[in-house]
Amino acid sequence: MSEPILKVKDFSVDFWVDGLWYPAAIKMNFELHPGKVLAIVGESGSGKSTTALGLMDLLATNARRSGQVLIKEVDMINVKGATLRKFRGKEVAYIFQEPMTALNPVYTIGFQIVETLRNHFDMGPKQARSRAIELLTMVEIPSPEQSFEKYPHQLSGGQRQRAMIAQALACDPGLLVADEPTTALDVTIQAEILDLMRSLKDRLNSAILLITHDMGVVADMADEILVMKDGLTVEHGSSDQIFNRPTHPYTIELLAAVPMLGSSRKRELRVARDAEPVLRMRDVTVQYPKRGRIPAFTAVKNFSLDIFPGEIVGLVGESGSGKTTVGKAAIGLLPIKSGSLEIVGKEISKASQRELFAIRRHTGIVFQDPVSSLNPRLPIGESIGEPIFLAKLAEGDELDKKVEDLLESVELPRSYRNRFPHELSGGQRQRVGIARALALTPDLLIADEPTSALDVSVQARFLDLLLALQDELKFACLFISHDLAVVDILAHRIAVMQNGLLVEEGERDQILNDARDPYTQRLIAAVPVPNPAEQRKRREARLASKK
Amino acid sequence: MRIRRKSKEVAADERAIESGENAIANKEVAGLTQGQIIRRRFFRHKAAVASLIFLTFIIVFVFSAVDSQFGPIRTRGWWKWSPEELPDLRFGDCPNDTIGCPTISLVPKFLGGAGIGLGEHPFGQDDIGRDYFSLVMKGTQRSIQVMFVIGFFAAIIGTVVGAVAGYYRGFIDNVLMRFTDFIITIPAVIVGSVIGAKFGNLGAIILAVYLGLFAWTGLSRLVRGEFLSLREREFVDAARVAGASTRRIIFKHILPNAVGVIIVSVTLLLSGAILLETALSYLGFGVIPPDVSLGLLINQYQDAFTTRPFLFWYPGFFIVSIALSINFIGDGLRDAFDPRQKRRITKKEKQNARAIARSQA
Repeated sequence: MSEPILKVKDFSVDFWVDGLWYPAAIKMNFELHPGKVLAIVGESGSGKSTTALGLMDLLATNARRSGQVLIKEVDMINVKGATLRKFRGKEVAYIFQEPMTALNPVYTIGFQIVETLRNHFDMGPKQARSRAIELLTMVEIPSPEQSFEKYPHQLSGGQRQRAMIAQALACDPGLLVADEPTTALDVTIQAEILDLMRSLKDRLNSAILLITHDMGVVADMADEILVMKDGLTVEHGSSDQIFNRPTHPYTIELLAAVPMLGSSRKRELRVARDAEPVLRMRDVTVQYPKRGRIPAFTAVKNFSLDIFPGEIVGLVGESGSGKTTVGKAAIGLLPIKSGSLEIVGKEISKASQRELFAIRRHTGIVFQDPVSSLNPRLPIGESIGEPIFLAKLAEGDELDKKVEDLLESVELPRSYRNRFPHELSGGQRQRVGIARALALTPDLLIADEPTSALDVSVQARFLDLLLALQDELKFACLFISHDLAVVDILAHRIAVMQNGLLVEEGERDQILNDARDPYTQRLIAAVPVPNPAEQRKRREARLASKK
Repeated sequence: MRIRRKSKEVAADERAIESGENAIANKEVAGLTQGQIIRRRFFRHKAAVASLIFLTFIIVFVFSAVDSQFGPIRTRGWWKWSPEELPDLRFGDCPNDTIGCPTISLVPKFLGGAGIGLGEHPFGQDDIGRDYFSLVMKGTQRSIQVMFVIGFFAAIIGTVVGAVAGYYRGFIDNVLMRFTDFIITIPAVIVGSVIGAKFGNLGAIILAVYLGLFAWTGLSRLVRGEFLSLREREFVDAARVAGASTRRIIFKHILPNAVGVIIVSVTLLLSGAILLETALSYLGFGVIPPDVSLGLLINQYQDAFTTRPFLFWYPGFFIVSIALSINFIGDGLRDAFDPRQKRRITKKEKQNARAIARSQA
């Protein structure tokens, strides 16, 4: 076996907060060999990113590192200044989550790659340029000569991530640290980037340290897996061992919480299709009006969908497909340009302000971002009670009582009424969001990616709660998500959107097993499955179909 | 709605907070309200706290020293002279044959001085013998009053204009912001001179009100920017779905979140206001005699600079120290309201922590 490229011994990171050291990573031990992929998995706050950034001293000033990080027999804990800079980029390169912020917007991507090259090698500008174009060709960016002169905002998300990989590979680093490299990307693009990383790793024989929370990505890439929780290494073993024979209860729990496409039980449909639909959209077109020199943008075109009482309809699509716009239009937050949109039989597009208030009492919405969806200056009790208060259904003690009941129904303690959003975790905030949306017992609930910011175990609990509440209250629900596996758990019916158009719509099983539209088929094929063996089969099938 | 109490899960949830996302970063704010967090961050800013104490002391000292008036309430000053009295002018015992020199002494006797004491006229006397200490106190009172009045009116106008422009956007925003641009293009001193020449004889407070009508521009731009970003937040949509009216959304949901920006820029506006007042009075367009203000005192005795510089120092000291301490307080408030503000660790703290860690190991 070859010499390991990275040896980490008893590596710990602590953060200084308010007079005390808090450990973020405790006594990490691992080795990484050339051509291998080690995945560090864990939920947010488990210390996986801290470990990755700590290797090269990229942490905030209030961090303290101890132990040993050996690269080429040099301990990275003690090196500083010029020596450290020589290792950064040359021996260890990073790929970050968000290419838009990790690339400098005022320089062309070519310039940024050349900068890395000329920092580390004695190279003339011409030579650096041809090497940069070579790198861009290697990461399969279309027309690399032209892309060299492009600024980050001129590229698509997937191309930006490719450019960042090209920059990271500039000096042939022995170790590539990829911190959530595909989290910000759509599944089809994610699959392409992962394919690219795999082929580059094999060609250049570099090692990859992959940080991710997505077990599907892990199954696709990893040779070895290290599971972290609260800064501690919970379990460490080969990919096969962790996925098929996990020993630690936390690993088992984590794997159980991951939603798997096609694994959930069949949801029987007890929906009266002949009943009046709660939401009826007919040829709805939504257009963002012209602003200054920016031309008008049609986000949704001729969209038709019915949602019947007691039914959950999943709306899936990639970013920019217009699914959030549909959700906002359905509740009257965005005006529709043409078509008709009825909620409980009342036309919303021509409603006056007063009628709109009345119609909105039948609806509720849960937003995507748990940080921005609650007013940080209001106690959560007030946020939850606001719809009731404004509808003049209750006041004073009676209102407090109702709010407490709502809190309890979303499994939060009654005493949380007086807490502020910043005191709650992301999952709790999303549950407060549900409580607020359900305050008026609506007929229609719009859930706009409510779990995309949550950890898998928190997501699992959230989905269970949503299902239980739906069983009890029988509201109709439009569940918007980019994650097919989540929609699979909840939805009775699935609608697929692409570029503002409804591509396909049908019963859950029909869409998942027997999709007719090629886009839907591609979307389903691109979802990574958290099972290494099966994922390999899916990957090969996908690559074969591409050829 | 049926009640389902799952105490086990609730307990699990409490643990989840402990280990949940950003757990370490949140250690610092656990269990505190927004106000408490901001107060804590503010009190960590040493210069700001010192300035706050100093400014409070100056205000209390100045307003209690000589007679002052707040609307119908009049208070008597504890100082023996008032600005209107004409005590005998001191001759003789001053250096360089000057008249009415200050009697304040800060050098104690054992260092060869005259001992610590105020004397009869601590800041000296002016040309006709009026007690300069009482004049400076009266002038500082005026300047502080003018400063707060300007700040008050500028804050209200700036907040309302900025909030309306930022919330409604489009045409209303265009009209309001072009009007703001128009006001900004007129230099403050020129506006002030015209106002001072026209309304100066109506009294210092009326003058301050008019100045306030021109001082709101910077604030309104900041508030507009804040509103533009806050109105896109999801809780605003949530409030709209809940059936909140536009007024409720602006005042209950957005404004409290913009309060940090408002407070910080109003404090900085205050220090600008006191400088504007002194500048105008110095030019002779601001507060006019027989009223007194710090700028006016400097103006009146500028000829005396070479012979009796103390007539310059004392008002100057009050102008500089008030403006400086307000700027420090503004700085501290900005740090306190900025959630991205990370606390720096001092070397000493690091050493202490290391020692503790070692003793535990």
